Amino acid sequence: MVFNQDIIKPENLVYKRTNVLTDAVMHYCPGCGHGTIHRVIAEVIEEMGIQDKAICIAPVGCSVLAYNYFNVDSQGAAHGRAPAIATAIQRLYPDNHVFTYQGDGDLAAIGTAETIHACNRGENIVIIFVNNGIYGMTGGQMAPTTLIGMKTATTPYGRSVELNGYPLQITELLAELPGTYYVTRQSVHTPAAVRKAKKAIRQAFENQKGKKGTSFVELVSNCNSGWKMTPVAANKWMEENMFPKYPVGDIKVNGEKVSK
Amino acid sequence: MAKELKLMKGNEAIAEAAIRSGCDGYFGYPITPQSEVMEYLMLEKPWEKTGMVVLQAESETSSINMVYGGAGAGKKVMTSSSSPGISLMQEGMTYLAGAELPCLVVNVVRGGPGLGTIQPSQADYFQATKGGGHGDYQLYVLAPASVQEMYDFVFDAWEIAFKYRNPVMILSDGAIGQVMEKLYVGDYVPRWTDEQIHKIAPWATFGKPASRDHNIITSLELDSAKQELHNQKLQAKYREMERNEVRFEEINCEDAEYLFVAYGSSARIAQKAIQLGREKGIKVGLLRPITLFPFPTKKLAELSKKVKGMLSVEMSAGQMVMDVKLATEGRCKVEHYGRFGGMIPTPHEVLEALEEKIIKG
Amino acid sequence: MAIKGSIVVDTERCKGCGVCLGACPNQVIALSKNVNGKGYNYAEPIKDECIGCASCAMVCPDGVITVYKTKL
Repeated sequence: MVFNQDIIKPENLVYKRTNVLTDAVMHYCPGCGHGTIHRVIAEVIEEMGIQDKAICIAPVGCSVLAYNYFNVDSQGAAHGRAPAIATAIQRLYPDNHVFTYQGDGDLAAIGTAETIHACNRGENIVIIFVNNGIYGMTGGQMAPTTLIGMKTATTPYGRSVELNGYPLQITELLAELPGTYYVTRQSVHTPAAVRKAKKAIRQAFENQKGKKGTSFVELVSNCNSGWKMTPVAANKWMEENMFPKYPVGDIKVNGEKVSK
Repeated sequence: MAKELKLMKGNEAIAEAAIRSGCDGYFGYPITPQSEVMEYLMLEKPWEKTGMVVLQAESETSSINMVYGGAGAGKKVMTSSSSPGISLMQEGMTYLAGAELPCLVVNVVRGGPGLGTIQPSQADYFQATKGGGHGDYQLYVLAPASVQEMYDFVFDAWEIAFKYRNPVMILSDGAIGQVMEKLYVGDYVPRWTDEQIHKIAPWATFGKPASRDHNIITSLELDSAKQELHNQKLQAKYREMERNEVRFEEINCEDAEYLFVAYGSSARIAQKAIQLGREKGIKVGLLRPITLFPFPTKKLAELSKKVKGMLSVEMSAGQMVMDVKLATEGRCKVEHYGRFGGMIPTPHEVLEALEEKIIKG
Repeated sequence: MAIKGSIVVDTERCKGCGVCLGACPNQVIALSKNVNGKGYNYAEPIKDECIGCASCAMVCPDGVITVYKTKL
C-alpha cells in the first residue's frame, strides 16, 4: 500500500503552476480557455528564461485584466490597438519580448488595421489571438469570427450572411502577408492540444529571439458562458463546429505557407 | 551652449528639436500642413545619429497608440498631426492622460470642422485645453508664436511631461508650421540610457527585473472608489500645474488702456496692430498666453483691474475668449474678434475691431 | 516497476469546470459534493490509480492542480 503522503514530496514534483503567473485568482468563467492559454504562455516564458524581457500588451475584452495575471511588465491597450503599442515598444527595445494577447473582437474587428499593418511591416512581435467566435465581456454579441447560423445576443436568430456577412478567417489572411514569419492555429481543450499549443507558442517566442518578424498564434477557444453550454459541452461543440471553419494546424512556417 | 543659426520652417524646427532634445521615437502619419515634420526626420535619418526611432504608421490612431506604448516604456516619444488627425487621436490622448504617460503631441492646426481646409486656424483651442477626449483630464498646452519657439518648446515639453507624467501638446497652426524664420539651435542632448530611464521612470514597462513587482500601465480601474481617487490625483496634478507652470508674455502692457489677448499667429498679428494703434494714439498692449493650459487666469484678472477693455483675437469663432471672460469676471469689457475656416486677419482688421467693439462699443 | 502518481488540488481556487475529469486517462478525478468558499464543487481525486501524467493539470484553466510522480 502506497500512501499519498509518500508520493507528495518535492523530489516527486512533476507539475506545478508557474511563477510567471501571479497569485491573483483569474476572473474568467469556469472552464474558459483564457486561463489555460495564459498558463501556457507563462510556462514558455519561464522555460525560456525571458521573464525580465517579456512585455505583455493586454487588450479590451474578457482578457482586459491579463496584466494582473502575467507576472511580467504589462500595458493595457485601447480596444484593438495592441499591435501598434507592441510595435513601438519592440522597436524601442529590440531585445525585449513584446507580445500582444487579443480576442477576436479586438484583433479582427476594431483592431483590423493595427493587426494587418503590424503583420505587414513584419514587426518582431508575438501576437496571441484567442478566437471564441463571440464577444464574451460585453455579454455574448456577434464577433467577426461568429459562425453562420450561430446565435448571439446581436444575432438572436443566428448569424446570417445577408445581414452580417461572413466569418472572418483573419489568420489565413495574415498568412498571405510577407511580414508574417510564423502563422499557426491551435487549441487548448485537451492535453495533447495543450502540448501542441505550447510548442507553437514556444516557436513564436524563439522566432522573436531570432528577430524573424511577426509570429501569429491563433488559439481556437471556448466561451461556455457566451455559447450557453457547460465547459465540457462547449469544448465538444468547438471541435464539431469551430474546427471545420477554423482548422487547427500550422499555416505558415519559417516564412513559407504550409501546403495542404 | 554652442548655438548655430539656421533658417527653417516651423515644422522642420519641431523635427530638428526632436533629434537634438534626445527624443527616442517619433510615430506619425502624413497630413497637411504638418507633413514636413516626418519628411524632415526621414531625410535626416536620426536612427543613425542618435538611435531615435522614426516610423510612419498606418493611421493617426495607430501613431498615438505607438506613442502610448513607447511612453509607457519610459521613452521620450512624440507624434505630430493636424486637426482632423488630432481628432482621430483623441482616444489615445485620453488613455495617455488616464495612464499618466509623458509624451509630446504637436498639433499644427488647420481650419475645420470636418476635413475643413489646409490653411491655418486656431479653432482646436477647446479640444486642446478642455480635454478633447472623454473623461476629466488636461493636457499641458504650449502655444508657440515663432519658429524659434517651435524648436524651444520641444525641449520644454519633455521637462513638463516627465515632471508631471502628463501628455504635453504644442498647439501651433498652419502659419507657424509653414513659415520660414531664422532660429538658433543648441547642442545635442543625448538620449537617456536604460539606466537613466530606470531611475527617471521606475514605473515604466521595460522588462521586470527579479528585484521588483511587475509594472502595469493602464487607465482601467473597475473599482469606482479607486477610480475617483485616481481622478482626484489627476486633478491635484492639474492644480499644481496651474500654480507653477503658467507662462505668458506681456507686450506694452505697462500703460495700456486696452488689451489684445492672443496666442500663436494671432499674437504676431496683434503685435503689428499695437504698432498701428499706438501710431494713432491708442494705448493698447498684448497679453500673449504661452501656456493655454494652464491659462494665465491670474494675470488677466490683475490686468482687468487696469484696462478698459480686452479683445480676444483668435482664428476661430471665439473659443479662448471664454477663458478670458472667466478670468476677468466682468471687471472690464471683453469681446472676440476672429476670422476662421483658414482665413487670417490683417493687423488693420484687428485694430478696427478693437475700435469698433471695445473703444466705441 | 510501477509508476505511482498523486495530485493536489487547490480547492479554494478550483472553479469546478470539470475539464480535468475528461482529461484523466484513469478517471481518477470527480467533482466533490462539497463546495468551496466561492460555492464551486471543486475537483478531487477519488481513486488511487493516478499515474502522474499531468493531463489534468495541463488542461486546468486555473492552474490549481499540482502533480507528483514516483517509481516504485
